[in-house]
Amino acid sequence: MKSSRFDPVVLTLGFAFLYIPIIILVIYSFNASRLVTVWGGFSLQWYREMWSNQGLMDAAWVTARVAVLSASIGTVLGTMAALALVRYARFPGKTLFSGMIYAPLVMPEVITGLSLLLLFVAVGVDRGFWTVTIAHTTFTMCYVAIVVQSRLLTFDRSLEEAAQDLGCPPVKTFFKITLPLILPAVVAGWMLAFTLSLDDLVIASFTTGPGATTLPIKIYSQVRLGVTPEINAICTILIGLVTIGVVAASLASKRTELRRIRDEHVALRGSS
Amino acid sequence: MAEISTSPHAGPARWLVVAVPYVWLLLFFVAPFLIILKISLSDTAIAMPPYTPLLDGFGGIGDFLSQLDFENYAFLTEDPLYIQSYLSSLRMAFISTVLLLLIGYPMALAMARAPTRWRPTLVMMVILPFWTSFLIRVYAWIGILKPEGLLTVLLQAIGLMGPEEQVQIYRTDTAVFIGIVYSYLPFMVLPLYAALEKMDGTLLEAANDLGCPPLKAFWRITFPLSLPGVIAGAMICFIPITGEFVIPDLLGGAETLMIGKTLWTEFFGNRDWPLASAVAVLLLLVLVVPIMIFQNQQQKVG
Repeated sequence: MKSSRFDPVVLTLGFAFLYIPIIILVIYSFNASRLVTVWGGFSLQWYREMWSNQGLMDAAWVTARVAVLSASIGTVLGTMAALALVRYARFPGKTLFSGMIYAPLVMPEVITGLSLLLLFVAVGVDRGFWTVTIAHTTFTMCYVAIVVQSRLLTFDRSLEEAAQDLGCPPVKTFFKITLPLILPAVVAGWMLAFTLSLDDLVIASFTTGPGATTLPIKIYSQVRLGVTPEINAICTILIGLVTIGVVAASLASKRTELRRIRDEHVALRGSS
Repeated sequence: MAEISTSPHAGPARWLVVAVPYVWLLLFFVAPFLIILKISLSDTAIAMPPYTPLLDGFGGIGDFLSQLDFENYAFLTEDPLYIQSYLSSLRMAFISTVLLLLIGYPMALAMARAPTRWRPTLVMMVILPFWTSFLIRVYAWIGILKPEGLLTVLLQAIGLMGPEEQVQIYRTDTAVFIGIVYSYLPFMVLPLYAALEKMDGTLLEAANDLGCPPLKAFWRITFPLSLPGVIAGAMICFIPITGEFVIPDLLGGAETLMIGKTLWTEFFGNRDWPLASAVAVLLLLVLVVPIMIFQNQQQKVG
């Protein structure tokens, strides 16, 4: 499509809107002054205070463990669900199945959180680390399923068929051929699941119990008391970690993509 | 069962692939809704958990039916707070979705028209804020919009505001709209971009060659062809915004009525679980139609 001369203006304004608040937050985490609007010089004191805040550090540790566990289980379940959606033309209750995959993506969090809490109470489970992990697994697996599904839809089946024709059993074919080929999507799904879990306040608030306070719950309770530079500091660290992760992942996927193109090129040459 | 597609996953492993996620979702997504429905029909009790169960086991179906109790729902219709909350949520979600379309569409269009080599970077720049915490992004706006916040400082510095004046946006509906548009913008831009990017540029050239002015070409060709993206983006935003809690709670004021906030207060503040469940069931009923539209759209794509 032909571009218009307004396009750069639109993009500049749009990205300014998206990024300026985050940049301001990061800058003010290094502010020596406690007042958010007054710049009192560069300082790392809020990082030191954050580091010595035991409650905050405990919450960060709980959050990291919940995120790793729920993202990992969610990735396994979500990849299975994606295979079921794409590769299985029909099975009993497929409409319900795809409904259960898509609905959690848009379901208001208050509903998901409340309903899971009531389930845990009804079966008499003590709420805590595991209930949050189960709750997070349930909604993150649906995001993983969508990401992996889109990769499977553009997947060339001929390699799988070749392996099977040569007598490779189905499960082995999956781990030797299919999984390596869809791996970038699976990894992207895991990362998405991980950040979604790291980020969640509402569902965690409903499903958590004593001793399993997550970082968003902690941040939320402090934010309600007012803006403090200490929160800016922890937010900056989270933003930094996520940015590094996303940039590294996109560089890695670009490299595997290049290698794949080169390999295909070599293979073509060899066959001709 | 008829023979199913030529799947490589024959044998027991084949069924496990379907069965494991299926059972997980039935247990942790569908079953909780049945429980919420049940509890919304029971009475509040002082004991923990704070409700009297209506159905214990599967034996008491008869008892259960005779005891069905719609008093929570009756209460919801009697107290104008709840009806106003629902209506206000739908209104806020609708206005926000329109604002998101008005801001997101030009962005997505500009991205789709950018040189091909720039597009992956632009897409990544839209996604990146989405990876940073939702809570953090809402929190960042508090520092900007507060009366003594950065917006006031900026406006005073450039002389648009006297030294005694302050921005009165924080804790109003306007702040909630800003927060919602800011948080949901990536969700609107990405489906729109996906629809616009794969559009066939030759159609517009043909229209141009035949003398169709650009604006008319946009409304006759570009917009109708991007409609699946518009619907997907609108639904992905509208449905969760209706039940949004964090943004109205942190940026909104006392007069900001949203059902997610009402449900939260009912549950954590008043500890009225049956009433909170009834609020959730009604919210779900309100959202059934948009959710169905969203699912149809997704299934067409998938």
